[in-house]
Amino acid sequence: MSDSFCVLAGQSMLSARDLVASSAARAAQWRPGLKAASNSEVFAAGNDASGGSAALALALDELRQLDQGPLAEAEDRRAVLWVQDRASVRLTGRPYRPGLPQAIRHRVIHVMAEKVEDALFALEEGLRCRDLACVIGELAGNPRALDFTASRRLSLAAEKHGVPLWLVRIDAARDLSSARMRWQVKPAVSHAPQWNAQAPGQPRWHAELFRARSHPPGNWILSDDGQTLTADRTVSASGKRATAPHPVGMAFAAGGRSLAG
Amino acid sequence: MLADARTLCPQIAVSPSDPAGDLDFLEQLALWAQRWGPWSALDTPDGILVDVTAVAHLFGGETKLLADMQTGFTERDLAVRLAIAPTAGAAWALSHFGPERAILNPDDDAEARLSELPIAALRLDDDVLTTLRRLGLKRLAELATVGRDALHRRFRNRKSPAANPLVRMDQLLGRVPEPLLPVVPQQVPLVQRRLVEPIRHRDLLDRVLADLAEDMARELEGQAHGARRLELGLWRVDGEVAVRALELSAATRDPAHICRLFAAKLDDVDAGFGIEMVRLRASWAEPLALAQGDIEARAEVHGTSLSAFIDRLSVRLGNKAISRPVPFPSHIPERAQRWQPPLDPETASQEELRFHARPLKLLDRAERIAVLYATPDGYPQRFRWRGQVHEVVRVEGPERIAPEWWREKSTVRLRDYYRIEDGEGRRYWIYRHGLVSDGRGGLPDWFLQGLCA
Repeated sequence: MSDSFCVLAGQSMLSARDLVASSAARAAQWRPGLKAASNSEVFAAGNDASGGSAALALALDELRQLDQGPLAEAEDRRAVLWVQDRASVRLTGRPYRPGLPQAIRHRVIHVMAEKVEDALFALEEGLRCRDLACVIGELAGNPRALDFTASRRLSLAAEKHGVPLWLVRIDAARDLSSARMRWQVKPAVSHAPQWNAQAPGQPRWHAELFRARSHPPGNWILSDDGQTLTADRTVSASGKRATAPHPVGMAFAAGGRSLAG
Repeated sequence: MLADARTLCPQIAVSPSDPAGDLDFLEQLALWAQRWGPWSALDTPDGILVDVTAVAHLFGGETKLLADMQTGFTERDLAVRLAIAPTAGAAWALSHFGPERAILNPDDDAEARLSELPIAALRLDDDVLTTLRRLGLKRLAELATVGRDALHRRFRNRKSPAANPLVRMDQLLGRVPEPLLPVVPQQVPLVQRRLVEPIRHRDLLDRVLADLAEDMARELEGQAHGARRLELGLWRVDGEVAVRALELSAATRDPAHICRLFAAKLDDVDAGFGIEMVRLRASWAEPLALAQGDIEARAEVHGTSLSAFIDRLSVRLGNKAISRPVPFPSHIPERAQRWQPPLDPETASQEELRFHARPLKLLDRAERIAVLYATPDGYPQRFRWRGQVHEVVRVEGPERIAPEWWREKSTVRLRDYYRIEDGEGRRYWIYRHGLVSDGRGGLPDWFLQGLCA
C-alpha cells in the first residue's frame, strides 16, 4: 500500500481518471474470500504435497464463504470428490484421513483411476453431480488426453452445474487450457509456532496467479491456519517496480509483477 | 456305519440327506400353512408355528381347526403332530410331548396342564438337558421344587433362551415375550421379451432393453420397490446364455438410468446366431417410496444425485476404484485408515486424538531415504530422497510408535517419527525404523512416509 502511494505522489500530473482506473484495477485483484472461478488449475512439483494442500486450502476458503450466506445450510454435508490418477498416487500418495482438515475429513470420496481418460471421466461426472461440494483432481505430467478440448469440457460442466473444480497439475508444463484461474504453487518456509520454535509451523505457500480471466496476475504468500486463508502480497522474482506506471490500469501494465511491496 | 447296517438288513433303502432341500420344503410348507392363520414362522428343522389368534371360529372351533389341519397334512402324506396353546413355547411342548391334538385354553391352568411333560419340552440344548437330568430334574413340575433363586444362580451365565431353563419356562407360561420371525413370501420382479426374430444387432438389443427397463419400472412401482441388483439374461438361439449383472448403490427404478448402466456392459456380448429371449430380473429390491414424476426432469437440469454418480463411476472404473477413507483403531499410521465403499455407513469409532499432527498425504509404501549427515540428537540433518538432497531446518519429534505386539512378530521394530521442514519449506513425515541397540537387526533405516501440507 505504502509503495503505491509513493508512486502516486511522485506522479503529480496524475489525473482523477487515472486514479479511478487504478482503484478499479486494485478492486479486481484477487484476494481470499472471493468467489473462485469454476475451473482452476494449480501447478506444483511432485516431490511435496504443496499442490494438493494449496488447492484444498483455496477450495475450503471458497466453501467457507458459501457457509456464511443468509441461506446457507447449518452443516454442509456434501461430499468432496478427490480424483487421482495412478502416477499422481505414486508421486504424492493418497489423502490421509487423520491429516485432512477437520471440516472435510468425514466426507471425502476418493477415486483412483488407472488411466487419465478414466480420471477425466470421473472429474466430469463429479462436476455434474449436485451432491458434491467441490471436485479436486490430481493429474501428473502433460497427458495427451488432457488437451484443450478436455479442459473446455470440464470448464463447461463446472459452469453449468456450479460445482467448482480444482485441478492439480503435478510436474506439468503450462500447456493450453481453458481454466479460468491458473496458479503456480510451491511451498514457503513456515512461521515458527508459538510454543516450539524448532517445529514446522502452519503451512504456507508461494502462490503465483499467472493467468486469470477476471483478475490481474500477481504473487502472494498464502497461509492457512485451519480457520482462514490469508494472503500477503510479495514482489515477484523479477523484483523491480515499473519505472513509469502505465496511465491506464497500472496493474495490467506491470504484468505479473506486483505494485505494492 | 452304512456297511454295518447293510450287513444287518440288506433291503435297507438309502437316500442322502439334503438339509438345504429340507429347509426349502419347510419354507414352502410354512407358506402353505398360512391358510389357517395370517402368518407363520419356521421352527427348524421340522416344525411350523402358525398364528391362529381369532381364526378358529372360521373353521368352527379349535377342535375342528385341528381336524382340518390333520386332513390337510394327511392328504399330502405328511405325518404331523398338532397342538394349540396361548404361547409358542406351550404349543411346541404339547405338540412334541403332549397328547394327540392337545388344546390349551387361555383360561386353563397352564402350569398344571404342562407339569407332567418331560424337561425336554422346554426346547433346551442337549448339554443343559444333561445337566438337569444329572440334577434329578425330569418333569417340568420338578423345576418348581428347586426354587427359582437356586436355578437362577446355577444358570446365571446362560443368556441365550435355549440354554437357560428359567427363560424357557417363562416363555412357556407367557411371562416374557418370545419374538418370532414370520415367513413372508416375496416375488422377485421379473420381466422378459421372447422375440419372434432372433436379434443380432446392438441397436435392436438396446431397444429391447429399454422396453424391459420400462416394464421393470412399472413392476417395481406396483410394489413400491426399487432395484438394488439387476440381472439381464440373454438367451441365444444356439443355447448359450449370457448373463450381465448390475449392482446399484441406492434403490432405483428409473428406466433411463438402468439402460445407461447396462449399455456399458453390453459391449462385449456375442450375439452369435441371434438372441431369442431377453429377461430382466431384480434379484434384490428394496422399498422405495413413490415419487412425483416431474421431479426427475428437474433433476436432469440440476445435475445427478450422488448415488447415480457413484453408479456411473463404478460401472466404468470398477467397484474398487471409488472409496472413502474411514478411521480404524490402530496406532500404526498406515493401518489407522481404511477404505470402504462410499455410501456405506461409517462404523462408530472413537474420536481421533489430536495430540499429534499428521501429514496430509501418505505414500502407499514408505520410501527409503539416504541419510547423509545425522545430528547427535538422532534426526538427519541432510538426506537424499528421489535423487534430491534436502537440508532439514525445522524438526519436531520423535514421536515413538511401537509395533502392535499382539498382532505382529516380536522382531518387528519400532518407529520414531519426525515432522520436518527443509530449507525451501517442504514438509515431510519421516521415521527411523528401529533403534541401534534393540537387537532386532542392524543399523536402523530411515523412511519417508508422508507429505505434510
